[in-house]
Amino acid sequence: MLEIRNLHVQIEDKKILNGLTLTVNDGEVAAIMGPNGSGKSTLSYVIAGKEDYEVLDGEILLDGQNLLEMEPDQRAAAGVFLAFQYPLEIPGVATMTFLKAAMNAQRKQRGEDELATPDFMKRVRAAADKLQIGQDMLKRALNVGFSGGEKKRMEILQMALLEPRFCILDETDSGLDIDALKIAADGVNALRGGERSFLVITHYQRLLNYIVPDSVHVMAAGKVVRSGGKELALELEANGYADYRSQAA
Amino acid sequence: MADVTPMRTGAETALVDMFPAVKASLPGTAKVADARKAALERFQAVGLPHRRIEAWHYTDLRGLLREAAPIAPAPDASAIASVQSAGDPLGDIDGIRLTLVDGHLVPTLSALDRLPEGLEVTPLATALAKGHPLVDAHMGSIARAADDPLPALNAAFVSDGVVLRVVEGTALDEPIIVRNVLTGDTPAATFTRILLVVEEGASVTLVENHEAFGGVAHQGNSVVEILVGDRSQVEHVRVNARGGNGFDLSTLGVRLGEAATFRSVALAVSPAVTRHQIGVVFAGEGASLSVGGGALLNGSQHADTTLLVDHAVPHGVSRELFKHVLDGEATGVFQGKIVVRPDAQKTDGRMMSQAVLLDDGAAMNNKPELEIFADDVQCAHGATCGALDEDLLFYLRARGLPLPEAEALMLQAFVGEAMELIAHEGVRTVLEGVVESWLRARM
Repeated sequence: MLEIRNLHVQIEDKKILNGLTLTVNDGEVAAIMGPNGSGKSTLSYVIAGKEDYEVLDGEILLDGQNLLEMEPDQRAAAGVFLAFQYPLEIPGVATMTFLKAAMNAQRKQRGEDELATPDFMKRVRAAADKLQIGQDMLKRALNVGFSGGEKKRMEILQMALLEPRFCILDETDSGLDIDALKIAADGVNALRGGERSFLVITHYQRLLNYIVPDSVHVMAAGKVVRSGGKELALELEANGYADYRSQAA
Repeated sequence: MADVTPMRTGAETALVDMFPAVKASLPGTAKVADARKAALERFQAVGLPHRRIEAWHYTDLRGLLREAAPIAPAPDASAIASVQSAGDPLGDIDGIRLTLVDGHLVPTLSALDRLPEGLEVTPLATALAKGHPLVDAHMGSIARAADDPLPALNAAFVSDGVVLRVVEGTALDEPIIVRNVLTGDTPAATFTRILLVVEEGASVTLVENHEAFGGVAHQGNSVVEILVGDRSQVEHVRVNARGGNGFDLSTLGVRLGEAATFRSVALAVSPAVTRHQIGVVFAGEGASLSVGGGALLNGSQHADTTLLVDHAVPHGVSRELFKHVLDGEATGVFQGKIVVRPDAQKTDGRMMSQAVLLDDGAAMNNKPELEIFADDVQCAHGATCGALDEDLLFYLRARGLPLPEAEALMLQAFVGEAMELIAHEGVRTVLEGVVESWLRARM
């Protein structure tokens, strides 16, 4: 279970999150919607541990562990995974090298044995096939020269291989055409189940047709201002965020 | 400038005083002895280079070299045995091995009697003592004693090395590996030299590996001269992983024939001071050059690469890529100059120097220069320096890599780009391993 309590965050003296409180239960898919500038991406970075943000108050607990006291890599090993809105290109680092380094680094932190190469290859191949990621993509430097859709699929591939406990999808739908969106959503849906929970951040209801959430939360001016079931997304799509903008102000 | 005659430093005095003591033991005919004397006089006149000399502005050797180490004694049987039992860092690579121990070629550790067809190897000491047509014709003609104090000192004190001839049309499959090993446990100086003459249409890879036991602060001064014949292909790789806070001063002089291809990559790891100076002359039309290098430094270490590419004739292509990784209070220097002479139309030259500074105390001096006298050319240069990208580091950390591992992965990729210029896969793997061990030691 992920619990965020009264979270206040600023960056360069600008307050972004203002007492955000949110609980995501085991196995739950929670969607966060909200207008631009409401602090959605900040929330995802703060959970993952980006250093640019200053946490003024509040807690983030994953199964009772205080994430705010952990380094980003320790959070990853504890099961936090952030699928980036803009996955970064890393020239000179082959995708396979990166995948192996990441998987083994997490295993090492958890005190598990490193993966043997044949086992690693088998896992990558199986997961890549499902996401229609070809061998040529795996041979290239990570995300370098990939299209927007390829980069997002690569994020889902990493998610599948790292088997996280808590996944954050930061606007995974941005820059995707409808076919690419379906492939990405299928990849996510295949990972649903058990205790694994998701925080799906999006502007648009469209993504939620493919990844159907258990709960929907509306964010405005740095906090959750309304929560509801999946039907809330449809209401937002129809009425827009105008009500919440005024409410936040 | 000329009216300033600084007092000689201790190191300068020691070098000058050392000459009469050792000259009788240095190999060479009377003509060679005269050349040695002239080279020493040349050095005596200018002394060690210092910051008021433009080419040495960022590497004040007079200030950095406090003491001149004595010349390494010729190796005895136990020194040779110690090299034999120590193992070869390039041992996994099939190659034609030539081993210099303490500045002297050791025949028992060299493949002199089992050379492939089309390759002639003469120990330089023998060539100097008995005379050799290639030495007479070329030695000192590219890396000239008159131009710089480093080749001047080398010409005065050179003890040994190899003269290599690759006969016209010969394609050598295996690389020539020249190991340059220092065995002593006190700092010693060596002056070694390689002359490689590659005749028309031949191809060869030459690897120099500079090694030492136990991290002693040795002082190496090496000169390599390469004549790349018309339509021949040469790859040159230089590694110095001696460490031990020694001095590594090296001069590479190359002359390119028509439609010749030459590649050179140098890697320096943790010397106190390294200066690698490279001079390449395009003497034949349509030749192509790529030069790369990497230096990994920490503490107060200092690495200088100084490059002069002289496009004297048309249709030459040159590519340069240098990478510095600087931790602690280390200093990197890159001085690169591309000259395009009036006749050298259609020249295509690109030069890039990049540095990563891992600490606030580290510094990089980049001085790229273009001197273009022809009007139909394409030339570009660039220089970057900065810290590792925070966003990239966060991405890697968010995937579970602890900060030191994330940094190491990025640095490996950064330096790897220059190592990728090496075509020989086995050699490239060895260099990547050297980089990896430095990065691991940092973690």
